[in-house]
Amino acid sequence: MSGAPLLAAFRQSLGEAWAGGAGALLPLGFLGGTAVLVPLGIGTDAATLKAVGPVIIWFALALESLVTLERIFQADAEDGTLDLWLQAGAPVSALAAAKTLAHWLSAGLPLALFSPVLALMFQAEASPALLVNAGLYALGSLAFFFWGGVGAALSATVRRGGLLISLIALPLYVPTAVFGALAMSGGPGSTGAPMFLAASTLFACAVAPYAMSAALRLAAD
Amino acid sequence: MWSYFANPHKFLRLSDWLAPTFYAVGTLCIAYGLWQGLWVVPKDEYQGGDIMRVMFIHVPAAWLAMASYSALAVASFIWFVWRHELADIAAKSIAPLGAVWTAICLATGSIWGKPTWGTWWQWNDARMMSVLFLFFLFLGYMALRASMDTRQKAARAGAILAMVGAINVPLIKFSVDMVESIHQGASVITADGPKMAAVYLTPLLVSAIGHSLFFGGLVMTSMRTEIRERRIARLRAASLEGA
Amino acid sequence: MIRGERVLFRSISLSVRPGEALLLRGANGAGKTTLLRILAGLTRAETGEVTRAAAHHWVGHREGLKPLETPRTHLKLWAQAWGARTGIDPVLTRMGLARPADVAGRDLSAGQRRRTALARLLLEDRPVWLLDEPYTALDADGRALIDALIAEHRAKGGAVIAALHGEAGFSGTTDLTL
Repeated sequence: MSGAPLLAAFRQSLGEAWAGGAGALLPLGFLGGTAVLVPLGIGTDAATLKAVGPVIIWFALALESLVTLERIFQADAEDGTLDLWLQAGAPVSALAAAKTLAHWLSAGLPLALFSPVLALMFQAEASPALLVNAGLYALGSLAFFFWGGVGAALSATVRRGGLLISLIALPLYVPTAVFGALAMSGGPGSTGAPMFLAASTLFACAVAPYAMSAALRLAAD
Repeated sequence: MWSYFANPHKFLRLSDWLAPTFYAVGTLCIAYGLWQGLWVVPKDEYQGGDIMRVMFIHVPAAWLAMASYSALAVASFIWFVWRHELADIAAKSIAPLGAVWTAICLATGSIWGKPTWGTWWQWNDARMMSVLFLFFLFLGYMALRASMDTRQKAARAGAILAMVGAINVPLIKFSVDMVESIHQGASVITADGPKMAAVYLTPLLVSAIGHSLFFGGLVMTSMRTEIRERRIARLRAASLEGA
Repeated sequence: MIRGERVLFRSISLSVRPGEALLLRGANGAGKTTLLRILAGLTRAETGEVTRAAAHHWVGHREGLKPLETPRTHLKLWAQAWGARTGIDPVLTRMGLARPADVAGRDLSAGQRRRTALARLLLEDRPVWLLDEPYTALDADGRALIDALIAEHRAKGGAVIAALHGEAGFSGTTDLTL
């Protein structure tokens, strides 16, 4: 098997994600909007904001992945593209992974790269650690996208599947959120946490494509 | 072996007497456990005094929360591999019952927690958090099934989700364990576990067996209903076709 | 094949050979599309099996065209995915899509979208064509074009299985009424 179908699926998804929603601006706006609400609600005490800032960004990333993923397989199922991909001669799990990766690149990674700016707004010290954290956000959001992708594939034929995706995917987000938040807590356990975060992301990348594949075959049936 | 149990007729015949037996023995066991727990065993001041007697419902419920999700995953796996309809019927029946016992576990845990820990909800308690996420997994499973338009699709989607959930449970457990080990609060007391005095152990065990049997009986009854509902749906479709 | 509790059809056996055309006929809801999807491997039959001796093209009743794709980018994408080397422009011209070649899918007419989907048939030589209601939304020109394509394909030794509700502009070797 050649990689041609995978490359084509990747490019199609990337093009869609980029053209369909003003590029990465839309997800960035979502992230900013979600995060900005928090200080308005819990007050502007610098110490509090500094403590909750990293977690708020995790939270916003998780929400953003759910919102982004709602349509990725649903649209394919509605317009008949899914039927074509299922017959493209490539493993469906690999196709699903390629599509998920494309959406992560356009809606997950930019947010992770933008996270230092948000962190500064949450009173974090400007330091290289913010860049390390951006890497952790990138890693964790990849797991969000893969597990969210399972939810999205399972609810591809469900009208108003967004709520369903959230209910399905949120328990699967727990390890990532926990390890991610721990890694940035600076307290005990924060040294080992990045490794666990990486492991759980790897696990997601390894397992989720097969579940997506089974779910997409079901969606076409 | 599965194909023997996969036969709905054999299942109906078996459950015809097995379900009532489970109910009867289960009720006796639960009654014994409650009687021992509420009136016979001494209260333990360290565990919060009389409130610790809720343990005789809480611990069996916790056991069933985990056991029922495991059963759901196993049934889903069997259905996914061998496509025995009875396995799907079992999975469909287990889910709402499992959710109920999981909710009982959460509620009794909370009631027990207030006087002993001073809070209805202990965020850094790994067991509470694990059971909560188990509850969400059940809810997601039921919601997904309900949103599919045919029973075949509900079975497939449900099986995929149950298996994905099952392989994630250890990871979820591990991560919340880590939170607990880091944010260990002084007020947190080990509520059960190996430190349990022997005087509690027997009634607890009997109670857990009772709950399990009762749960099994309910699953069987629910499966019998589902088998008949599907049969009715088939007959109705056939008669419409003939008309 | 069972949908919900409804048995759509039982015991169907069919085959096509090079040069043949098989027309699946039947009223709305008889299961033409379902049977075609089983043949394509999209839907799993309750029992039975499908032997595919050759590669197939699929044109379902949903075109598979994205709202932002143009006929040109659509064909380019699938040519790339399939590793086909056919030039896009001749295909566009043949299908009468030269003029709207760069118009986004959401702005195309239903007939133009249909032509775009059918244009995929010309990207790569595949012996079997699975067509679900190929005439839908096409004008007289378009219908004649499809007839010509199918005739050429069969002359080259290709086979066609089409689900059809109304009149066919080509005669099937076999008709199967569901």
